[in-house]
Amino acid sequence: MYLMRRYIACLLLLGLMAGGAAVSAKEAAPLSADPEMEKMVNEIAAELRCLVCQNQTIADSHADLAVDLKNQVREMVRQGKTRDDVVDYMVQRYGDFVRYRPPVKPTTYLLWVGPFLLLAGGFTILTVNLRKRRQITTDAPLSEEEQQKLESILHSKNKTAGNKKGEDY
Amino acid sequence: MVRYLVPLVIFFVLAGFLYVGLDLKPREVPSPFINKPAPGFQLQQLHSMNELFSNKDMLGKVWLLNVWASWCVACRQEHPVLVDMARRGEVPLYGLNYKDTPNNAKRWLNEHGDPYTLSAVDYQGKVGIDFGVYGVPETFIIDKQGVIRHKVIGPVSYQELSACIMPIVNELNKREQIDPAALAVLTEVRKACT
Repeated sequence: MYLMRRYIACLLLLGLMAGGAAVSAKEAAPLSADPEMEKMVNEIAAELRCLVCQNQTIADSHADLAVDLKNQVREMVRQGKTRDDVVDYMVQRYGDFVRYRPPVKPTTYLLWVGPFLLLAGGFTILTVNLRKRRQITTDAPLSEEEQQKLESILHSKNKTAGNKKGEDY
Repeated sequence: MVRYLVPLVIFFVLAGFLYVGLDLKPREVPSPFINKPAPGFQLQQLHSMNELFSNKDMLGKVWLLNVWASWCVACRQEHPVLVDMARRGEVPLYGLNYKDTPNNAKRWLNEHGDPYTLSAVDYQGKVGIDFGVYGVPETFIIDKQGVIRHKVIGPVSYQELSACIMPIVNELNKREQIDPAALAVLTEVRKACT
């Protein structure tokens, strides 16, 4: 029984390794001959969102659609299109969502300004609190009479509790 | 007293946000094509490869373009709905066979039934990209002027068909031109169904 289990485990492991090999074999993407151009293709692809996997760029993703779109980018760069041309092409088809850097326009104002608003709000709360604290700490000094009373209390306590307690302070 | 209310208020605000989040569909990216002319295409027909199909052929009719593939699992889910719809014959349904091989596509239609007047073959997925397709199945409602009026992302359900697709198709069929007033009506219908 034990041997049997080990045998099955081995088989599973082999299967996993074979699967891994198959995946890495598939990844050899068709590169264009010109490294300069490929660099530009990758830069553009890194700005475009893969719509199937949403939190990846099409440069990172291996989804079918991402590969197709990257090929489309490569083709357009080869035709001499600029980065803006390519991004416009994608936005026309997939909407602003395809851009990792959303454009600044009325519907995205909150998105762009939001973090600064939160920061400003935090600062306001901080200053209000600090001011309150200062008011507490800069209370009026003790009057002469109070000062004397305080000293007498401290004095009498020191006498009764002995020096040991005094050292602790 | 106020000091104890603050966490409670924060809790309810947070709960409110999360509750709204339950109904959002982040997978559904709003299409930039709504109320824009459908991109032009001319493709081979699946069942007669010598003949071409262009969306210009459909000018003057309200029709549906359904993007499908034999490898698409969710297409199996919507297929009975499409077959039923085609049987009623209320609106012409055309297929865009997306990134599929003709043999697999034909076998799939033989197995599950063929609701399409015809299917156009988008072997490389280029027309799919032009239409902004990112998840098969997708269904476009196109009006008499060739303008896209609605897009369903994901499998069509009976509920979606009766509450959404047919009302829009009926509105579009009533009119030759979509003037601003008609557009307002359409927007209302779309709002009610999504």
